[in-house]
Amino acid sequence: MESSRRDFLATAATAAGAAATGNLAHAQEQDHDHVHQAVPSDLTLRVKSLESLLVEKGLVDPATLDALVDAFEHKLGPRNGARVIARAWADPAYKKRLLADATTAIAEFGFTDAHGARMVAVENTPKVRNLIVCTLCSCYPWPVLGLPPVWYKSAAYRSRSVIDPRGVLHEFGEELAEDVEVRVWDSTAEVRYIVLPERPAGSEKLNEQELAALVTRDAMIGVRKVTLSQSGGAA
Amino acid sequence: MNGVHDMGGMQDMGPIEYEKNEPVFHARWEARMRALAQAMWAWPQLNIDASRYQIELIPPVEYLRNSYYENWFAGLTGLIVKRGLVTSAELESGVPAAGSSKATPALAADRVLPLLARGIVGTRDVRVAPQFKVSQRVRARNLNPNGHTRLPRYARGKMGTIIRDHGVFVFPDTNAEFQGDKPQHVYSVRFTARELWGEQASPRDAVYLDLWDDYLEPA
Repeated sequence: MESSRRDFLATAATAAGAAATGNLAHAQEQDHDHVHQAVPSDLTLRVKSLESLLVEKGLVDPATLDALVDAFEHKLGPRNGARVIARAWADPAYKKRLLADATTAIAEFGFTDAHGARMVAVENTPKVRNLIVCTLCSCYPWPVLGLPPVWYKSAAYRSRSVIDPRGVLHEFGEELAEDVEVRVWDSTAEVRYIVLPERPAGSEKLNEQELAALVTRDAMIGVRKVTLSQSGGAA
Repeated sequence: MNGVHDMGGMQDMGPIEYEKNEPVFHARWEARMRALAQAMWAWPQLNIDASRYQIELIPPVEYLRNSYYENWFAGLTGLIVKRGLVTSAELESGVPAAGSSKATPALAADRVLPLLARGIVGTRDVRVAPQFKVSQRVRARNLNPNGHTRLPRYARGKMGTIIRDHGVFVFPDTNAEFQGDKPQHVYSVRFTARELWGEQASPRDAVYLDLWDDYLEPA
């Protein structure tokens, strides 16, 4: 059994290599891999083998997998959330709707329909800071932020954010004043949170599009403030 | 299950390692792994709670040592064998058993974007009376189930206040083991940092958890 598996994996590796040479979009990444390792990693082989099996059994469609990867890499992401935040800053009526019922207010952008995952927006003020975490796994608001970064899923962040949120903010370079109230939102159910950060001073003349360019992923998780100097940082 | 995945409040996990301009995936296999899991969730034999539970069943030392997507690989392969979608022999060989029938994929490519835009919907459109009301004081029950639960250890036995009723949701503890939806209300419950962590915490701070009726009792 073991030798037949090895044979199969060798075949899968060859197939993977062949597929990669025909795929210009992934050529750069393949080159990058080759710098560090002469043979594909074990996980590369095992996932390739799993995909091959599930496709053969008709359980998944390779075109669906391609569409999913494309969506994760190019369609979802914090630019969507940034548009929501910018609108809330620019339009007081929208901000009111967002804070009252974020699920419906976010659906206005068409990222989701009215029956999408339950969303809640929490507002930062000079005296209130919000921080989002999932201590049990990696729950994160995909429709507005895309997939979470590695640090958000790390043991360090998951463990510390609830017991020492001020220490976490310190690690992100900020000393929080004692009179600021910290609210940590642990995403234990199918409810997803997004932080509405404070609009930075000096942004009064910016339009919605310019405002959106200031809003970062980290600000919508709550670990950083939005400042005028950052741009496109949500990527 | 009082597993190592239940990390809230643990200490000495090291600094938060931040990567600037982080790519969505760090290797092609991570992207394929993530997509495979999403595509497989479309099968009624799987559900999100069962997927989380299967990852929680990874032995603690492995869970901590593995990368995030290595745990997903272990979780997905374990679950599809458990649920009879593939056999362990097929997983081992990478090829379908001789004579096995071929299914039609549950998730079509043109449904990917609407599905992802929706996110995970855990609500149930049924009328269930809430057991608690907004501004009520409650205590998180001291439960230590062997199976899956979304009540973190750090909140058990602690007093909080209900600040919002999110509506009716499927109950993860039963859904993870395919023992029914058991639909019930989920509330946002505010626990002061002092209630959870004692005098070392700021008197101003609070932690909010989303908790089901079955996790709560009147204070």
